[in-house]
Amino acid sequence: MTDLFSKFDPLIQMRTDLLSTGVTDPFGLVMEKVISPTVAMCNGRETILLGTYNYMGMTFDPDVIAAGKQALDDFGSGTTGSRVLNGTYAGHKAVEQALCDFYGMDHAMVFSTGYQANLGIISTIAGKGDYIILDIDSHASIWDGCKMGDAEVVPFKHNDIEAMEKRLKRIPEGAGILVVLEGVYSMLGDIAPLKEMIAIAKKYGAMVLVDEAHSMGFIGPNGRGVAEEQGVLDQVDFVIGTFSKSVGTVGGFCVSNHPKFEIMRLVCRPYVFTASLPPSVVATAATSVRKLMHAADKRAHLWENSRVLHGGLRERGFKLGTETPQSAIISVIMPDLERGAAMWEALLHEGLYVNLARPPATPAGMTLLRCSLCAAHSAEQVQTIIGMFERAGKKVGII
Amino acid sequence: MDRAATSEKIAALIEPFNKKGIAISDATSFAGDLEFDSLTVMDFVAAIEDEFDIIISMNQQAEIETYGQLVDAVVKLKG
Repeated sequence: MTDLFSKFDPLIQMRTDLLSTGVTDPFGLVMEKVISPTVAMCNGRETILLGTYNYMGMTFDPDVIAAGKQALDDFGSGTTGSRVLNGTYAGHKAVEQALCDFYGMDHAMVFSTGYQANLGIISTIAGKGDYIILDIDSHASIWDGCKMGDAEVVPFKHNDIEAMEKRLKRIPEGAGILVVLEGVYSMLGDIAPLKEMIAIAKKYGAMVLVDEAHSMGFIGPNGRGVAEEQGVLDQVDFVIGTFSKSVGTVGGFCVSNHPKFEIMRLVCRPYVFTASLPPSVVATAATSVRKLMHAADKRAHLWENSRVLHGGLRERGFKLGTETPQSAIISVIMPDLERGAAMWEALLHEGLYVNLARPPATPAGMTLLRCSLCAAHSAEQVQTIIGMFERAGKKVGII
Repeated sequence: MDRAATSEKIAALIEPFNKKGIAISDATSFAGDLEFDSLTVMDFVAAIEDEFDIIISMNQQAEIETYGQLVDAVVKLKG
């Protein structure tokens, strides 16, 4: 018998080697108690959270929690069914309406996760004979959607406008084209030149899908994302988003003005063949989305946090993923996995949690300590974080 | 362009990516012999695409493991 697990041997070996150095497993952290959007108990220690996607700090919002509790009482713990059968409750329609209002678009379709939103929309609209042109640093859910749909998949170098155009130019005449971009790329926290890229995509007759998972609620005058910030949201055919970041719960969605969009509810398999979100989840999401429409003060504070942390870490000699702060993600580049893991552990001992990201999730084989800020981080917490980085960086010998 | 001329052009394009100076034949494999990782593959494919003004989609790349297969694929794509 061939052991089907033997293909994982190199990864098992890599983990064994790393853990044999005595470092705490960076992928085995447990939060024993969550005190607020920015603080939790980890290994019995009060820890500042700088590695969540809780950008707008909505997880403990009193209105959001009250809506969830009410929905549990009124509608029960789960729907036990597909959206197209018995799984559409009033709350599912309400959250889709909240999304239409938030984005100013005609249609919204809610999936059970953000991963499923990309998987479902991309694989359903781009099929055999169509072409998908996408950034090489796209999220796993985008790649998996491409693979599932049988379209011809053509990647281009990250954020390279010219490389994208060259590929569009060579597509056979008459073929259907979907260009897939992200607003914020989550590994380095850099944003895409959507204005230029979308103009080119339209020139070649492509439809455009933009994943705004990491920008919703925060970037753009109304928090609609990078496309709104750059004034091209009306040129985007499909916006993909998630409830598991700024919205503060779980779920994914697509919003669109396409006149035939509603047919997706019948043809999109990751939408049809799974249970819908529980009533409490859609109630918290709807409340949170509506509150995010009026969150200009929180957006301004989060930008301030991003600027202060970026400047502070740079000043102390850390190498960062972007020259300027472009989003709520500040990525600190580590020299290698061993020192990255050591730095991650030193920060945890200081009382700070960040994400350790390593290949294949990262571009160019990099090891990153990914910091994601929250609008609920106080100015004082950000200063504390910079101090923790400085001490840990000196201890590990990175600065 | 015939197969020999195509092969010659591709051989020239491989050179900057052939860090260990491996001798190239039709049987040379990109992953095994040339040790191309995913980033190298992207840059190398882009160089081929630009030279011949073609698209080699990832679906097509999955079928190409050796130098000889690449030459055949390019000849076919150029029509």
